[in-house]
Amino acid sequence: MNPSYPLDIPVDWKAYIDDMNAMNTKAKDVKLRDPVCGMKVNSTALRVDTHPELGFCSEHCRSRFLADPERYVAATVADETLPTPPDRAEVIGGIHLSVDGMTCASCVSTVESALKSVPGVIDARVNFAASTATVDTGLELPASVLTDAVSKAGYHAEEIDPEVDTSDVERIESENRYRLLMRKFWFAAIVSLPVIYFSYPEVFPGIPEKGSTALWWIWLAMGVLTLPVLAWSGSQFFTGAAAAFRHRSANMHTLIATGISAAWLYSTVAVLFPGFFPDEMLRDVFYDVTSVVTALVVLGTALELRARARTSEAMKKLIGLQAKTARVVRDGDKIDIPVNEVVLGDVVVVRPGEKVPVDGTVVSGSSAVDESMVTGEPIPVEKTEGATVIGATINRTGSFKFQATRVGKETMLAQIIRMVRDAQGSKAPIQRTVDKVSGYFVPAVMILAVATFMTWYTFGPSPALIYAVITMVTVLVIACPCALGLATPTSLMVGIGKGAENGILIRSGDALETAHRIDAVVVDKTGTVTRGEPSLTDLTAFEGYNEDEILRLAASAERGSEHPLGEAIVQAAAERGLSLSDPDQFSAVPGHGIEARVDGHEVVLGTLKLMADRGVAAGPAEEVLEQLSEQGKTAMVVGVDGALAGIVAVADTIKEDSTEAIARLHRLGLEVVMLTGDNQRTAAAIARSVGIDRVLAEVLPDEKATQIKLLQAEGKTVAMVGDGINDAPALAQADVGLAMGTGTDVAMESGDITLVKGSLTGVATAIELSKATMRNIHQNLVGAFAYNTLGIPIAAGLLYPWFGILLSPLIAGAAMAFSSVTVVTNANRLRRFKPAHREEVS
Amino acid sequence: MDVVLVNVAGLALIGLIAWYFWMSKPDGTVAGITSDGTQEAFIVVKGGYSPDTIRVKAGTPVRLVFNRQESDPCSERVVLDDFGVSADLPQGSNVPVAFTPTEPGSYEFACQMGMLRGTILVS
Repeated sequence: MNPSYPLDIPVDWKAYIDDMNAMNTKAKDVKLRDPVCGMKVNSTALRVDTHPELGFCSEHCRSRFLADPERYVAATVADETLPTPPDRAEVIGGIHLSVDGMTCASCVSTVESALKSVPGVIDARVNFAASTATVDTGLELPASVLTDAVSKAGYHAEEIDPEVDTSDVERIESENRYRLLMRKFWFAAIVSLPVIYFSYPEVFPGIPEKGSTALWWIWLAMGVLTLPVLAWSGSQFFTGAAAAFRHRSANMHTLIATGISAAWLYSTVAVLFPGFFPDEMLRDVFYDVTSVVTALVVLGTALELRARARTSEAMKKLIGLQAKTARVVRDGDKIDIPVNEVVLGDVVVVRPGEKVPVDGTVVSGSSAVDESMVTGEPIPVEKTEGATVIGATINRTGSFKFQATRVGKETMLAQIIRMVRDAQGSKAPIQRTVDKVSGYFVPAVMILAVATFMTWYTFGPSPALIYAVITMVTVLVIACPCALGLATPTSLMVGIGKGAENGILIRSGDALETAHRIDAVVVDKTGTVTRGEPSLTDLTAFEGYNEDEILRLAASAERGSEHPLGEAIVQAAAERGLSLSDPDQFSAVPGHGIEARVDGHEVVLGTLKLMADRGVAAGPAEEVLEQLSEQGKTAMVVGVDGALAGIVAVADTIKEDSTEAIARLHRLGLEVVMLTGDNQRTAAAIARSVGIDRVLAEVLPDEKATQIKLLQAEGKTVAMVGDGINDAPALAQADVGLAMGTGTDVAMESGDITLVKGSLTGVATAIELSKATMRNIHQNLVGAFAYNTLGIPIAAGLLYPWFGILLSPLIAGAAMAFSSVTVVTNANRLRRFKPAHREEVS
Repeated sequence: MDVVLVNVAGLALIGLIAWYFWMSKPDGTVAGITSDGTQEAFIVVKGGYSPDTIRVKAGTPVRLVFNRQESDPCSERVVLDDFGVSADLPQGSNVPVAFTPTEPGSYEFACQMGMLRGTILVS
């Protein structure tokens, strides 16, 4: 948060962004390398004036660069002049295939050698579990050559686009793994039934008595039966533990593997070498612990896998939004082509019910387009010539043609996917604390288990060794590092994904976490609370004139004007269907107004001073003007042929949902501050009408960041909402910067949170979502910590001296298995998050 | 007598666990320099990161190429929190992760849940 903002970058952001867009259109394939992090970025990335050849993935990288440009420049030049080798210098292409029909591990080598025998293939790797193959090629090979080679070997292969289809591969992987785990579970569960029965002669009838030869044989059979449970159902615990051990680390697998093998080993020694235990009572078996704990933990892992697959559902939905084909006009013909073959400038035809394939600008036709999947806005948006359309949105009513302006990885959807993916991989600050704890957790549990053994062996009741073994195994089995580890990232995945569904793009876990601590929301007035463009609000006609006449005359006179206020008047006249005349002798009186001759009448439009100069008596106009300016409107007097005729007033109008959004922010207990360059009176009028508590008026653009700093100095955590272009410094200064997008021009890089739809309600939704996610994370963490800090001492037998309570390792296994499932299930509850509605506000 | 023996053995085991997991520090693998001057290291992801300690120099770009060779979902994502980069690791693919360390020090990389960990030693 709060990246220091470099002051030596251009202040004229609008021009700067325009330049960048122009450059982008000219050379879409320009690939730049961020010299700080080394990431490849495109030409729309952040830039610096001094080094136009560089691009930056984020403000963070850019400010680091600006702090010491020399250090990075040399490295980048070296980097750019030489080609980047993919993995090995000679590999120039990579093709991904999905391979069907592989039934056993030996198929892997058959397929691999079939692929490697194709000329031009350098290496081929088959992933049996995922049924995929990755082929490195030394020349541009068509995929069909490779699929043919695989077919000749007796299998079926198809090319997959790893960018698009990774989710499919992941889904197959995860499905296969789930099925395998469930088979392992059922095996362990079925073995567990007889094992449990024969483990409790004192409970179940018909079991030979202890010490009898018959029971010895039964125990031996149980030992043999549970061995495959260990070796197959529980194999992942042993391989996982061994791999971790080699890396001098320990995890859940280590604990479970140690626990279940300790129980099995003790039992087997008791059966095979009873002489080892002189005391008759010590000759007991715990094969039930081995098989039941294995069954439960494997089941828990399978259920957790299922639940975790759901946490990334939002991401999968986003990827699935992408259109597969596009109908483009080439050489006068309409042809259907795969969406990745659409190039910049292609004219694309979209019929009702079809998806808009890429981003672009409508060139003909009109329709209503459902943009809810990208902006979160449920009402379809009218599109006519000149309007921007976003790829992956759905055309509802009419047909239209548009020109592609962004394709491939540059489209808004592709950028959103990238941003969500990166954000889901980032860490919330709270997780850094958890990580510190979890780094020590497993070895600490192992130490506790040994200490428990020692304590029971030394001070425990007879048979001390049995108690010592059982409590040690229980401690190992009950501890659940997974619950701790899963608590934060799963909620973060769901929360960030949910944000994307609602048109809220959260850059990182940092942003999400900080957003829930916000006390004050600073909103920029123009373009945020208001539409940012003036429109006609009031029309007063004095004697002899009606409203339409006043508007017609004023609009006709303004026709020659290029002033935005004038445009608003002309626009209003057009909306009322008034036919305008061309003015003669148009002249502007700077700062005061205009005069022109319309249909033979002398029309003066402007301030009272202008009227006085032209000899127009103000009369009743003065009072009306006073009222209008009180309301923050810009009013102009209309004089016709030297007499007062009417008044037109223009103002930047408030967006419909601003009032609702501010009420929602208030309901969240936030102070809302409006920041504007306007005068105090206008600002106060707007603030009053939307219910804003505090106004900072007459703030120059370059002072916005300072104002944020002052608010922060009051001890507040401040969020700034702006358009991301003019407000970039203030957005960077704020604890959380929320950039509002309009259409496709989303300044995604400038905010911690980007609102795709340019509405303040998104701010309220973003903060609600952040609070909901953080609440969820806290629940998970409190649950996971409480579970471990209570469970481990109880398992160690802390309650035994006072209450005689000792936990069975079977119960411990069940608790452990379901604690991590509970965490993931709780995170998935966030998927039901819905923004607060208007009804709830009022 | 056996009580004393068990306790001595237990204490020794506790000491061994603490030493093995916490105190001992592996030397690490020095990242190779490629023709374009990038420091590059290949890391196999299977129950952990091999190698799990990478030595690099500050100020020069680093590319770590991860190859995940297991289906355990724990390792499906690697996060280099200090450098603000992360990557999905599809099974069997080489996934390069690039960044440039500026300050000498010890930086951690880990799976998303912080269960598998590795260290980047920047000198």
